[in-house]
Amino acid sequence: MDYPLDVEYILRKKKSLKKQLLASNDRLQKKIAILGGSTTSEIKNILELFLLNSSIEPVFYESDYNKYFEDALFDNEQLDKFQPDIIYIHSSIVNILNFPKPNDGEDVVNKLLNDEVERYTSIWDALQKYDCAIIQNNFDYPIDRSLGNLDNYDIHGKTFFIMQLNLEFSKNARKITNLYINDINYLSSYIGLEKWVDRSLWYQAKYALSMAAIPELSFNISKIINSILGRAKKCLVLDLDNTCWGGVIGDDGLVGISIGNETAVAEAFETFQKYAKELKDRGVMLAVCSKNDFQNAAEGFQHPETILKFEDFTSFKANWDPKYQNIIDIAQEINIGIDSLVFIDDNPAERDIVSSQIPDVSVPDVGRDVIFFIDHIDKNGYFDPIILSTDDMKRNQYYEDNKKRSSVKSKYATYGDYLKSLEMVAEINSFNSLYLDRITQLTNKTNQFNLTTKRYTYSEIEKISSSNDYIKLYGKLTDKYGDNGLISITIGCLKNGQCFIELWLMSCRVLKRNMEYAMLDELVIQCQQRNITEIIGYYLETEKNKMVAKLYEDFGFIFMEKNDSSSVWKLDIKNYKAKNKFIRTTG
Amino acid sequence: MNRDEIFSGVQEIFRDIFDEDDLIIEYSTNSDSIEDWDSLNHINLVSAIEKEFKIKFALGELLTLKDVGAMIDLMLVKLK
Repeated sequence: MDYPLDVEYILRKKKSLKKQLLASNDRLQKKIAILGGSTTSEIKNILELFLLNSSIEPVFYESDYNKYFEDALFDNEQLDKFQPDIIYIHSSIVNILNFPKPNDGEDVVNKLLNDEVERYTSIWDALQKYDCAIIQNNFDYPIDRSLGNLDNYDIHGKTFFIMQLNLEFSKNARKITNLYINDINYLSSYIGLEKWVDRSLWYQAKYALSMAAIPELSFNISKIINSILGRAKKCLVLDLDNTCWGGVIGDDGLVGISIGNETAVAEAFETFQKYAKELKDRGVMLAVCSKNDFQNAAEGFQHPETILKFEDFTSFKANWDPKYQNIIDIAQEINIGIDSLVFIDDNPAERDIVSSQIPDVSVPDVGRDVIFFIDHIDKNGYFDPIILSTDDMKRNQYYEDNKKRSSVKSKYATYGDYLKSLEMVAEINSFNSLYLDRITQLTNKTNQFNLTTKRYTYSEIEKISSSNDYIKLYGKLTDKYGDNGLISITIGCLKNGQCFIELWLMSCRVLKRNMEYAMLDELVIQCQQRNITEIIGYYLETEKNKMVAKLYEDFGFIFMEKNDSSSVWKLDIKNYKAKNKFIRTTG
Repeated sequence: MNRDEIFSGVQEIFRDIFDEDDLIIEYSTNSDSIEDWDSLNHINLVSAIEKEFKIKFALGELLTLKDVGAMIDLMLVKLK
């Protein structure tokens, strides 16, 4: 179910594939409404496979044929009851009501464009009541162009019309925080318009795309859903010899390896390094995992033509230990889940060992030819972001600062001395509009230090932010090595003189820094200001959050009750004493 | 390709689409005999046959494919 897709196999074996996928591990249930402008049944079936493959179990609502507009705009009891988590609007070129006519004036053409855009903005507006993510197709190009090449630049051209529409969609998606574009304009050109459309299937069954294109479309939607749910990978782990450069540095030496633009081979490796560098520049972490002497490995990045530098890697493992061991170390060192890693190695034997020993790591079958490595990273959508936040772009800086911090840790007699030396300052305050994006993002991607793993949409966070029934704290932490950014969130719902903590999370990059105590102190203060005397905490166990199983106990909460995988805790705050000793706080 | 070869190829496709490893089809098998054979699966059957045998059915021909026998007759003509 990964790139490159075996489209025929998926379509033919979909029933047995579904059975196999249903047989494995625990899944997250999500309610997905498909509002179609053409037939969607097979899209639903195949999307289900891709989601199951990502451990998401979808429950679907499917609009009647071509009723996407009506379903969105008019009272719809069924959809109201369904309460979708995600709405997917499958519209395409077949849904455009009026294309310009050859004798239309410019004002008429502009009006047609505005009318078309407005139809969709009214849909997105109307759907806001569901507080959920909206995934919207943009438009594919027409396969027939009666104006030929002129279709691309005359104002009466269909192609030109669609380019304008798509531009308007993009502008809207930048403005509307829960609107995500499913770029079928790119997808159809990637697989080829000729393969994208099947006229026969359109006449027979009103599918706006070919059977062969449906798995590609569904795969793309599943990538967006994964990103929305915060499941994008975080770190790209690279082998060195014949992956980052051509040749073997240990044998060929620095002058012998191929990188740069002197030869065709060297240029292919340069392109690969540039792609990795692009990922790094927008917040993906890079790591090295190579069987080499450390000195030799590091020397490779001193090559005059190298794009990647030694400093670009958050973690650098070059030794003779098994690679899976090194990869586990990398994940621990940078404090991320093992399933946040993607491993690229030209050697199939190494790939096999890694994927058999640590199946949670993504190990695409990239082959041996560097030319195709990028496709396997890119087309699998491992690192697809839903938003480029400044925090993402700074993330690598945070981890570099962290390395400095841990290198000085050993110089102090006690851990407390070390914490003192960090000169930490925290800003802990109620949500404000500046940070709502980052807060939403954190609630969706924090898995380890997260007591309830409750996920929020942007509009839910917005609501909580402006409600008096909640205490809603964010925490930012700075120390002498740099700014860690916004790294902790606590949301408590106030009812009958008690505060119920529905979310408590913290980014692992500030683990063991007393930040959780600083947050608790502030929570207690805010509770006391509102005459709240008890705080109730919940721990909902998941596969990933075992590290906080004892957090409430450690905080001094009293154990109340336990069900299968959840427990309830209570803290009486009448005689609470501040716990944080090392962080200066500002409000 | 002779009738038997086509028949067994088509049978494999039916088994995959309906996910029944021991499904046996006959010339008279039609959408009444297989519960899951709805219009969606009909399209899936036809596209799988087109891909597997590298043939293309014309729009008008699709309407005539009422049972397995009709499918195989038409395929025989196309594969000659």
